[in-house]
Amino acid sequence: MSGHSKSSPLPTYVAVFFALLVGTGLTVFAASVDLGKYNAAVALTIASIKATLVALFFMHIKGASEKLTKLVVVAALFFLLLLLGLTMTDYATRLWS
Amino acid sequence: MSDSSIVTGLHAEAHDPALLHHFAEPQQQRDAASLGMWVFLATEVMFFGGLFCAYLVYRLKYFGDFGAASKSINLTLGATNTVVLICSSLTVVLAVWAAQTARRTLLIGSLAITMLLGMVFLGIKAVEYKDKFEEHHVPGVSFSFDKVEIPGHPGQYANPSHAQLFFSLYFVMTGLHALHMIIGLGIFLWLLIMAWKGRFTPEYYTPVEIGGLYWHFVDIVWIYLFPLLYLIDRHP
Repeated sequence: MSGHSKSSPLPTYVAVFFALLVGTGLTVFAASVDLGKYNAAVALTIASIKATLVALFFMHIKGASEKLTKLVVVAALFFLLLLLGLTMTDYATRLWS
Repeated sequence: MSDSSIVTGLHAEAHDPALLHHFAEPQQQRDAASLGMWVFLATEVMFFGGLFCAYLVYRLKYFGDFGAASKSINLTLGATNTVVLICSSLTVVLAVWAAQTARRTLLIGSLAITMLLGMVFLGIKAVEYKDKFEEHHVPGVSFSFDKVEIPGHPGQYANPSHAQLFFSLYFVMTGLHALHMIIGLGIFLWLLIMAWKGRFTPEYYTPVEIGGLYWHFVDIVWIYLFPLLYLIDRHP
């Protein structure tokens, strides 16, 4: 809830929109440069920044009046990392296959 | 009956028709609805998470083959679709803001443009799928990925069955995403009809806010799908 009494949220929305466009251009450009094993890290970092911008400003996580909402977001990310992380502790350490 | 008459009695002077009787105030009602949506989105994170997990495992195992297969997808179409979705996310926040501030024309216009952009996205996706069908890159009996060089390894060819794994993940992940887009279009059509009928006010615009959350979530999924599927190994 970006409340009624506060100033207009439109400048923020437009700024986030342009940041997302720049991020898209940047990720396409970064993929055309040989960064070795860091290509994937750069792509995922840009994607995560874009996703965070969408969640914070477009989905109103920043300024959400209910703290439980933030807890649900953190819980979702936690279980996603648990899923990916624990799977990789298995696959990434299978030296025999 | 007696309960409701007490409630009506208490709020007799200023009863808000949009406020359900088990909520104390509109803000609490809005928070409850958006919390419920976020819980649903958390289950969606796990839903897509399983696919991302399968993708991660096989990408690490068959990196070269995945790179070769990824290079065969049309990057221009994928990047255009990313921009289309970002534009649609902007029109969605505009729609929510318009509903909050009682701007009916802007609300209806934003919802309609969002739907238009969603259909453009699906149209571009259809062109992309058509290319894949014509190139025999669809997993199945007619799949063929012969003599495709692994990026950065001249003279070394990708293993077709590993490339087929990439395309299976590509079609399931983008297909599931496209299904979410189609459902989103249905939700936005309903929002458009409700907005047209004048059902949303600054006191009650929860469906616009909730539908917006869904649309942004689908956008976030694409923000990850784009680099993971289209940009694995693009450099010369």
